Amino acid sequence: MARRYDSRTTIFSPEGRLYQVEYAMEAISHAGTCLGILSSDGILLAAEKRNINKLLDSALYSEKIYRLNNDIVCSVAGITSDANVLTNELRLIAQRYELNHGEPIPVEQLVSHLCDIKQAYTQYGGKRPFGVSILYMGWDKHYGFQLYQSDPSGNYGGWKATCIGNNFNAAVSMLKTELTDNGSIDINKAKELAVKVLSKTLDTNKLTSERMEMATLRRVNNKTVIDIMKSADVDVLIKKHEATEAAAEAAKKEKATTSSS
Amino acid sequence: METVIGIRGPDFVMLAADCVQASSIVVMKSDHNKIHKIADKIAMATIGDAGDSNQFTEFISKNLALYKMRNGYELSPKAAAHFTRRNLADYLRSRTPYQVNMFLGGFDDKEGPELHFIDYLANAKSLPFGAQGYGGYFSASILDRYYHDKLTEAESYEILKKCVAEIQKRLIVNLKNFNVVVIDKNGIKNLEPITSVKLDAAIAAAQGAQGVRAH
Repeated sequence: MARRYDSRTTIFSPEGRLYQVEYAMEAISHAGTCLGILSSDGILLAAEKRNINKLLDSALYSEKIYRLNNDIVCSVAGITSDANVLTNELRLIAQRYELNHGEPIPVEQLVSHLCDIKQAYTQYGGKRPFGVSILYMGWDKHYGFQLYQSDPSGNYGGWKATCIGNNFNAAVSMLKTELTDNGSIDINKAKELAVKVLSKTLDTNKLTSERMEMATLRRVNNKTVIDIMKSADVDVLIKKHEATEAAAEAAKKEKATTSSS
Repeated sequence: METVIGIRGPDFVMLAADCVQASSIVVMKSDHNKIHKIADKIAMATIGDAGDSNQFTEFISKNLALYKMRNGYELSPKAAAHFTRRNLADYLRSRTPYQVNMFLGGFDDKEGPELHFIDYLANAKSLPFGAQGYGGYFSASILDRYYHDKLTEAESYEILKKCVAEIQKRLIVNLKNFNVVVIDKNGIKNLEPITSVKLDAAIAAAQGAQGVRAH
């Protein structure tokens, strides 16, 4: 009779769970992967593109990375139409704050404000929750560079590096092993790491620039610079990654042959 | 009829406000404080409709306190001024506008001292110095004459004394006492009020000294 507690979002199951919220999270773990890495001199978001049909109009270049204001960018995983509603809401929240206070919204306030909305859909009746997890990267004068993640339940947290969407567990554990030993890395290293992690977690065996998009956020001369990278630049990174990977492979083979002989 | 004066120095902001609380033609009180501390390093000198100025400053200061509680850091003086102006603008267009004029002085650890002029029509401007109310008619020229951008705290206080002396000499309304507050990197500090008693005593002493010399 588990079904009894499935149909409405606001009803707890006897075990104290909210099934609709959990189903929303499940939906996201099948969506395109997004990952974010906080580095010493900037932040990076990378996302897997799923719609790579040749017939698609290339005028809409960016599929999953949205700029929210001058200092904040987000990347979404989940139901795209839900995400559109939420990014629109995020932009409104940011502009409303700026209208009232004359300065850009601090990153955490934006995230927490949106999470209040997401949370409301797990408590007030009749509707389903938003099937979207979001990664936010931003800069503010209080805490500098920040990376946040929010999920359909309305939970959010700040991260040094994290991942949402398909295969996120594998990606997070990879990030964990790559990042724990040397503390913090710079933005160029972060780019390489992002390509490495994405190429491992993607279902296809070959990563191409059509399948991913990447954006960085840095501070140059006291101004935030957001760069949604061109596919040519992403290609360069992928080529570099393939070269190092091939070199490592070759070295391994060499070792194997010398040890066997 | 009331008066507020503000001066922004290189590392401080000084606010002065008279202390009269009048109802119709009666002076009810002449030791009423019109300079309110609204954050650790932000103060507001407010004049206007008596109830309105209390109500409005309290509304703003409690909102700033709420902001600090929610976010763990304070609103910057610039943002506080913007927020104040924005609220005044909204109230102006409601059925219950606030009749208040003010100077908002603050010290930002990164940006330094700030002085914001705000009036009931929701004009807002960052200024080096200024005065509002009837006393403003007599103070503006004095501030203009003596202000310079390397002003010290003591010099600034002397300028305020000159303004008050002129107001007490020329303005038909009796504004006996002025409270003075200074805001700098250490926070908000009350200075000795400027009073007609003290100014008169100083003038008498100066004349006395001259008299002795004449003999």
